[in-house]
Amino acid sequence: MFLLLPFDSLIVNLLGISLTVLFTLLLVFIIVPAIFGVSFGIRKLYMKTLLKIFAWATLRMERGAKEKNHQLYKPYTNGIIAKDPTSLEEEIKEIRRSGSSKALDNTPEFELSDIFYFCRKGMETIMDDEVTKRFSAEELESWNLLSRTNYNFQYISLRLTVLWGLGVLIRYCFLLPLRIALAFTGISLLVVGTTVVGYLPNGRFKEFMSKHVHLMCYRICVRALTAIITYHDRKNRPRNGGICVANHTSPIDVIILASDGYYAMVGQVHGGLMGVIQRAMVKACPHIWFERSEVKDRHLVAKRLTEHVQDKSKLPILIFPEGTCINNTSVMMFKKGSFEIGATVYPVAIKYDPQFGDAFWNSSKYGMVTYLLRMMTSWAIVCSVWYLPPMIRETDEDAVQFANRVKSAIARQGGLVDLLWDGGLKREKVKDTFKEEQQKLYSKMIVGNHKDRSRS
Amino acid sequence: SQASLVRLHHRFQALDRSKKGYLSRMDLQRIGALAVNPLGDRIIESFFPDGGQQVDFAGFARVLAHFRPVDDEDIGNRDPKQPEPLNSRTNKLRFAFQLYDLDRDGKISRHEMLQVLRLMVGVQVTEEQLESIADRTVQEADEDGDGAVSFLEFTKSLEKMNIEQKMSIRILK
Repeated sequence: MFLLLPFDSLIVNLLGISLTVLFTLLLVFIIVPAIFGVSFGIRKLYMKTLLKIFAWATLRMERGAKEKNHQLYKPYTNGIIAKDPTSLEEEIKEIRRSGSSKALDNTPEFELSDIFYFCRKGMETIMDDEVTKRFSAEELESWNLLSRTNYNFQYISLRLTVLWGLGVLIRYCFLLPLRIALAFTGISLLVVGTTVVGYLPNGRFKEFMSKHVHLMCYRICVRALTAIITYHDRKNRPRNGGICVANHTSPIDVIILASDGYYAMVGQVHGGLMGVIQRAMVKACPHIWFERSEVKDRHLVAKRLTEHVQDKSKLPILIFPEGTCINNTSVMMFKKGSFEIGATVYPVAIKYDPQFGDAFWNSSKYGMVTYLLRMMTSWAIVCSVWYLPPMIRETDEDAVQFANRVKSAIARQGGLVDLLWDGGLKREKVKDTFKEEQQKLYSKMIVGNHKDRSRS
Repeated sequence: SQASLVRLHHRFQALDRSKKGYLSRMDLQRIGALAVNPLGDRIIESFFPDGGQQVDFAGFARVLAHFRPVDDEDIGNRDPKQPEPLNSRTNKLRFAFQLYDLDRDGKISRHEMLQVLRLMVGVQVTEEQLESIADRTVQEADEDGDGAVSFLEFTKSLEKMNIEQKMSIRILK
């Protein structure tokens, strides 16, 4: 019993010392630079080291697989089947040509073989379609030492397992507590800071303080996730009275964009912690928060957005027109609401590098807390942000065409696939109007020709 | 091949969102590009022979096996006593025949032809035009004059068609 006492105090001392060291590290290397917006470059160094380790790990796995003469599972981003990109008309004409012996005149009509086209197209979509795979995390080409992305577990050598174990230790025992502490600091500073600024009288000083409090807290949150962000074309950053649109991959997008610019947020009023943050932020500068019932009323939403935009002293609005989280390999249909308002649109493209941690939030699979934990136990979140030049709606364009134009620009810049499908397909079925279009095309082939025949 | 089966299995799991271990009609209906295919419902139906409500991975793979490209060496080495592989020309034709022949009586009646045509054109074509097209098609293919197209007549009218190529989907390695 007595022997334990000196050991006890030793342990307590050690604990105390390590905690102090941790906090000093935190303060000096992370929080202070965040306040002033400078960076030591530690994160970039970390990223380079990790890349080298990943390349080595993949080599070892390939070598191991070759020794055992098995095939490695290689993921395909372009789909698993070989498809011919031909149109409905061409395909059906070809089918008929190969089937019938009579010379191809310009008035072919319905043939029994037409069914093959639809049948095959249908089967192809069952095997692989463009939309379903956008709602699950992207598959990686090389392994990044996280068990959650590994499909080839049986080919790991001892060295690799040791490395993986080391990685787990570092991520869970060192990085995770650090990040949680930072996140906690960031959020509490945000709430406290904005409330304090809210008590100041309206004026230039209040705006200045509000801007810097917001920026500082977002920068701390960025470091809490170890997000390594590269901004391109910062001269195109959104200005007052404009709307900033970006592609949506996860709630972290907000933090990433807001740490580099000062925006007004748009969103639903939540309860709990989010609600506290929302109410505090509004005290410092005007954001647009909607009650749940107001969200359904599109005119009300449009009216409030327009009011905000027309007041030139108010901040640019940040909107994600896709409406839901997509897995960052493609951009889906933009909802036209924000494009009807007639303000200048500043498009922003965000592309994540999934090797260090996949930022996609699969809301049907993970809840918010699980998602944040996964983010904090990945290596890092690496992304690039491109600010595109501002766009205005032309006089002969309607809102939908304008939205598509902006979408293509974002997709092109970010290297994403531009899809016409609606992100809402995640949860609902597709509308019948699309089916009618296919039917229209086909009937033109068999009946449009019929008309010719009856004439001749 | 083994690798292709693995890929199909991943796809099966991706479609089975509630992780039940089998697919229901609703899971397949959720695929956007399939829902806009005019024959989408019929294709989904072909996965559920005998009117069942679920299809497991074996059934899933079996239907998709109809679309496996035909290997020339398969034909050469085949043992004639064994049943034909699912992706033979005859079986591909039979699969397409089933899409027309809803009541599985072995014949496509004029009525069934009309139904399929109606599915493919929706509301774009009038009833008379559709009926005349259906009549003409059945007449052309019908050889024994019973007013319906049997499987043999179906095969005969399509004998020149390169079915093997048109009804095949190649899975990337």
